[in-house]
Amino acid sequence: MAKKTPKHPLDDLIRKDRIPHIWCPGCGIGTIFSSCLTAIKESGIDLKKFVMISGIGCSGRAAGYVNLDSFHTTHGRAIPFATGVKLANPELNVIVFSGDGDLFAIGGNHFIHAARRNVDITVICVNNFNYGMTGGQVAATTPNMAKTTTTPFGNPETPFNLPLMAYAAGATYVARWTMLHSRDLTESISEAILKNGFSFIEALSPCPINYGRRNKLKPLDQLKLYQEKTIIKNDAKPTELDINFEKGVVLGKFVDIERPTYGDSYNKICRPDKLE
Amino acid sequence: MKPAINTGEHFITGDVACAEGAIAAGCRFFGGYPITPATEITEHLSARLPGVGGTFIQMEDEIAAIASVLGASWTGVKSMTATSGPGFSLMMENIGLGICTETPCVVVNVQRVGPSTGLPTQAAQGDMMQARWGSHGDYEIIVLSPSSPQEIFYQTITAFNMSETYRLPVLILADEIVGHMSEKVIIPDAKHIKTVSRSRPKGRKDRFKLYEPGPNGVAPMPAIGEGYNIHVTGLTHDTKGYPAMTVDTQKEMMARLTGKIQNNLKDIIKTESYRLDDAEIAIISYGISARTSLSAVDKARRQGIKAGLLRLITIWPFPEDQILKLAEKVKGFVTVEMNLGQIHLEVKRCAGGRAPAFLVGHPGGTIISPDTVVKVLQEAF
Amino acid sequence: MKFWRVPLDADDIQVSKGIVYILEDRCKGCGYCIEFCPRHVLEFSSKINAKGYHLPAVIKAEECLSCHYCEIICPEFAIYSIEIPCESTENTKGIEIITKTQKTESTK
Repeated sequence: MAKKTPKHPLDDLIRKDRIPHIWCPGCGIGTIFSSCLTAIKESGIDLKKFVMISGIGCSGRAAGYVNLDSFHTTHGRAIPFATGVKLANPELNVIVFSGDGDLFAIGGNHFIHAARRNVDITVICVNNFNYGMTGGQVAATTPNMAKTTTTPFGNPETPFNLPLMAYAAGATYVARWTMLHSRDLTESISEAILKNGFSFIEALSPCPINYGRRNKLKPLDQLKLYQEKTIIKNDAKPTELDINFEKGVVLGKFVDIERPTYGDSYNKICRPDKLE
Repeated sequence: MKPAINTGEHFITGDVACAEGAIAAGCRFFGGYPITPATEITEHLSARLPGVGGTFIQMEDEIAAIASVLGASWTGVKSMTATSGPGFSLMMENIGLGICTETPCVVVNVQRVGPSTGLPTQAAQGDMMQARWGSHGDYEIIVLSPSSPQEIFYQTITAFNMSETYRLPVLILADEIVGHMSEKVIIPDAKHIKTVSRSRPKGRKDRFKLYEPGPNGVAPMPAIGEGYNIHVTGLTHDTKGYPAMTVDTQKEMMARLTGKIQNNLKDIIKTESYRLDDAEIAIISYGISARTSLSAVDKARRQGIKAGLLRLITIWPFPEDQILKLAEKVKGFVTVEMNLGQIHLEVKRCAGGRAPAFLVGHPGGTIISPDTVVKVLQEAF
Repeated sequence: MKFWRVPLDADDIQVSKGIVYILEDRCKGCGYCIEFCPRHVLEFSSKINAKGYHLPAVIKAEECLSCHYCEIICPEFAIYSIEIPCESTENTKGIEIITKTQKTESTK
């Protein structure tokens, strides 16, 4: 008797013919991606009205696996591409899924401006502390003294505090989770999708092959760090969100405010006739 | 409600005419960044677009501007940006994305003097080769060059029509003089303006292939939100749009990207001849320099020099056949351009030694006078 | 010694049960599902898939409560659980292994 095997609950949302994906064993991008898909599925919004836009890098490949309208753009430019999409068709739910190097080094300028304008998009940043795709170079998020292929003596720089930057630039929703906190992460992404405004979620992820290996962090050890050395503190002060696993890393939802979006302001100010 | 198109006789600059041309062509999204001498296009559209149901945004830089334009185009909206040299340089990577992903849009470059910041307020035509080869890798591109405010109005419409027909960024290479000078511009009635929109896919969505070419070599294009679940990538991709890292896929993709232009040259290449029929010397020029050349032809003719002008309206793809045909019958070529010989070398290449080619050019900053051209005609032949 | 507070209606609460499904050809053997299963249902097996990754195996099927954590933590879409009605006697083995994912389209 042939019994029909149930499908993976997310099979409809992934391009099954492209799975297994390129991400290394133990990489957290897949988990964060999966959280994002669950949030999309649970939103109840017409799937046709979602679009996922990625930049370049490991996380940038996410767009290639989601079975929705999806765009794999140039390095750092996912946000301005998404801005064009959202403004030209405000009905769409635009999700930018990309990595820390893409969004905050080469694309940092676009991030702060989209947050300032309050473009109604959801930005999910997988932060794995380095450039994984190119073999593990220092990023704008690499902890001080960490070893990467371009900081062989340890990183002399200081990393960004991403939620602080998002807050300072004007994001209306800011949260941080790790890939281990996937239920919270999913919930945050759900809230962010429904949020009328610029939403930013930082999701910490191990990069076992390129970052972990050079910094003596086995993937499971790193996940244990996420379990033991994190503190959930909603509404924590954004200035206290530096990532330091010795002190403890603060997770939670830090910003959830209302402010007119670019689209709303544009309609109100630039075409008041339309309001009648 | 007022009609979108400003039908009537106007006395406006080339930049404003370009913006009005965009509106007439159906452009409803503009992502820009201010830069002399293209700023007036951006300014004019910021005022015009919201009134016609369009959207304007001034982005944080030119990279963001072109990226936003590509994104907007995939929602099915005709989109444009305008810039000048430095901004054009910044846009190059995403122009490549537009070519690779077959995204229709229009990029206007009102050329100023380079390299670098150069002479921001003065004219040059030094970006002709950058327009052709500025993005990395091989590709075909369509580049138009207007000689007057009236022409930039129509050319902007043509640029949109070509970009929608062939699914690629079409570039308009104007220059500071065309952009900033005011002339009479007649904007016709809407019914006399021919606009083209991209062809849309038909048939079953589950069998749809994003890059399966239609009869003219161009694939129909769906918009985001229509349920085609498209995947669009700048990676080498197959007809489904999926990345495929193989030599064969690269070959196939490139054949598609270049074929759709190379197989439609007749439709794309536009030139204008002036007194060329019996000409012994063919002047090749474009943009504002073509107007210099026009008057140089008349002056030379009065002196008994049988000169004629081939004005390039489409710069790229280059009218190779026309140059070759001319090379068989004229004594020589003179290319007139505000650069150090970018198109001149193309003319030389196409003439293939059948006729000598001379350059009247300078590195920009001022218009070339007709007398300078005539002098070269006298001395060279 | 652990003290658990037992709800008064403990006998009436229906605790869900689950069946774990493993898509072997998707697995990359990271071990997250094994490590983080709150009921220790899984363990590394000696079995390896076509790509050479060590696969998880269900060792305590009856312990699965279908909390879906394995499904949520898995970066590969390779494991999931389906809740079964409490009284169901169907598939008490509580595991199903799918050695080949049904591919509807070619991978080309």
